[in-house]
Amino acid sequence: MATLEIRDLHVTVEADNATKEILKGVDLTVKQGETHAIMGPNGSGKSTLAYSLAGHPKYTITGGSVTLDGEDVLEMSVDERARAGLFLAMQYPVEVPGVSVSNFLRTSATAIRGEAPKLRTWVKEVKETMERLSMDPSFAERNVNEGFSGGEKKRHEILQLELLKPKIAILDETDSGLDVDALRVVSEGVNRVRETGEVGTLLITHYTRILRYIKPDHVHVFANGRIAESGGAELADQLEAEGYDKYVKGGASA
Amino acid sequence: MAEAQNIPVGSTTAGQIAVAAESTVATRMSAPPSFDVADFPVPHGREEEWRFTPLERLRGLHDGTAVASGTGVKVDIQAPEGVTVEAVGRDDARIGKAGTPVDRVAAQAYSAFEKAGVVTVPKETVLTEPIRIAVHGEGGVAFGHQVVELGAFAEAVVVIDHTGDAVLAANVDYILGDGAKLTVVSVQDWDDKAVHVAQHNALIGRDASFKSVVVTFGGDVVRLHPRVSYAGTGGEAELFGLYFTDAGQHQEHRLLVDHNTPHCKSNVAYKGALQGDDAHAVWIGDVLIEAKAEGTDTYEMNRNLVLTDGARVDSVPNLEIETGEIVGAGHASATGRFDDEQLFYLMARGIPADEARRLVVRGFFAELVQQIGVADIEERLLVRIDEELEATV
Repeated sequence: MATLEIRDLHVTVEADNATKEILKGVDLTVKQGETHAIMGPNGSGKSTLAYSLAGHPKYTITGGSVTLDGEDVLEMSVDERARAGLFLAMQYPVEVPGVSVSNFLRTSATAIRGEAPKLRTWVKEVKETMERLSMDPSFAERNVNEGFSGGEKKRHEILQLELLKPKIAILDETDSGLDVDALRVVSEGVNRVRETGEVGTLLITHYTRILRYIKPDHVHVFANGRIAESGGAELADQLEAEGYDKYVKGGASA
Repeated sequence: MAEAQNIPVGSTTAGQIAVAAESTVATRMSAPPSFDVADFPVPHGREEEWRFTPLERLRGLHDGTAVASGTGVKVDIQAPEGVTVEAVGRDDARIGKAGTPVDRVAAQAYSAFEKAGVVTVPKETVLTEPIRIAVHGEGGVAFGHQVVELGAFAEAVVVIDHTGDAVLAANVDYILGDGAKLTVVSVQDWDDKAVHVAQHNALIGRDASFKSVVVTFGGDVVRLHPRVSYAGTGGEAELFGLYFTDAGQHQEHRLLVDHNTPHCKSNVAYKGALQGDDAHAVWIGDVLIEAKAEGTDTYEMNRNLVLTDGARVDSVPNLEIETGEIVGAGHASATGRFDDEQLFYLMARGIPADEARRLVVRGFFAELVQQIGVADIEERLLVRIDEELEATV
């Protein structure tokens, strides 16, 4: 069973000619089949955690460890992490002009699976997955994220999640900017992947709204660069009622 | 000319862009066109038409010190039945009919070539196979002149391949009779040391259409000067180009479309990708709409993709309009950078960095290739692009 273990993770970022510590000792274990929600106020470091796990060059790891099934993730390049089974659904997916969605998906699936998917079954697989996400077939011929609406970008991220079948999926504010209909469609996609029992999900969000569609096993409150409190689904209800005030008092984030 | 209006257009600044602020098509050249090399002073490098070119790497083509050697280039022409292939002297009426040398190197080529090649497709002859011209450099200096003439309503595809190593200055003339259709693919796939400077002149007959595809991958210095003018109304020109400029290479494409006749069309689309230290691409796109050229419809576009630091692009679109009675005129130039965020996104989907770059460049070029509209050429070009990317990215 795949397990992602984060131990005492410290991360800094360079900003305005100064080094700023964003993550200040994160401990978290995510197992295949589990869903963890990470909730926290803006600026608490949630997204830094997501991008650090994926290996974004902007972030410097200054301490701690991350392993996936015992393998040192921090030693891996960005593409190696993806091929090892980590997936990051991004809050702001990047436009890649000149590369069609269909070409991108196939290149990515080939890299992740280690061989090119058989064309006939692949076309069917993509088509059906797109239908379930209410995506028009013409989508496949557009350039990656170019001119996509906010909702289209998120659907495209979840399309990749469904096709690439990672061991650990990190969803960074996938709910932000979505209307209720889009949120439902996207959540259903995430749930289809979760129901296979083969993915561990790290759901990063600012709002409790998405938790009505995607039920977490564990909820963690993220504040000031570390996990401030952990609990079950009931912790989300408490946050819904009380907000983040008690976690940010005296903290670095206002 | 007093009414001439010059509209320089800026572009994105992700790469290094120089935009002509004052120069116009008319004032760009430092000497009037001539067949005689003596009419052009030796350039010193500050002239408008030479300011981007590394003269010291032209191996003497610009100052008369380059002398033709026996082992310059080998030219092999394969033509389908019905096509005439000749070697003629410079007194032949077809030589120079499509255009006159506009700079010293083109005039040098005209003054120095021994025999010109002339390929003629008779009127109303429609070829089903391309004419192939293989120009292979054998390490020396050469001056060349090639004419391709299509009679009225003839149709042909010409593929010119440049390979090997040479120092070559040449003029290539395309003469299209009324209603003729000519597609020319010129591939510059030279070895690393080659120097290639050429002027291409297309003279487009009434209702004729000319399609040019210029593909530049190789060479130390490649400087091409494709020029188009019209001999009658209803002519159409489509000028496509793509270049992949690697570390240390200088690739310069200077286009001129002279709308000297009413009711003609032109469409220019060039795309380039650059990588590595001192990769330098120059694109000059001049379009002149003369006062008499009412009903002109023209558009020109240049896009560049900079893959790494250390590469430089100069892109200068220039549109000069002397009549308001036109259908349309526009141009665009933009240089983008393949940035770290794009690379991160693709790598985060398991795609290795090299493959990610190839994917982006392939897609960037494919958008242009798909506009060519000749399936066979499109397929071959995509294969060539893949080979180039496999070898260099």
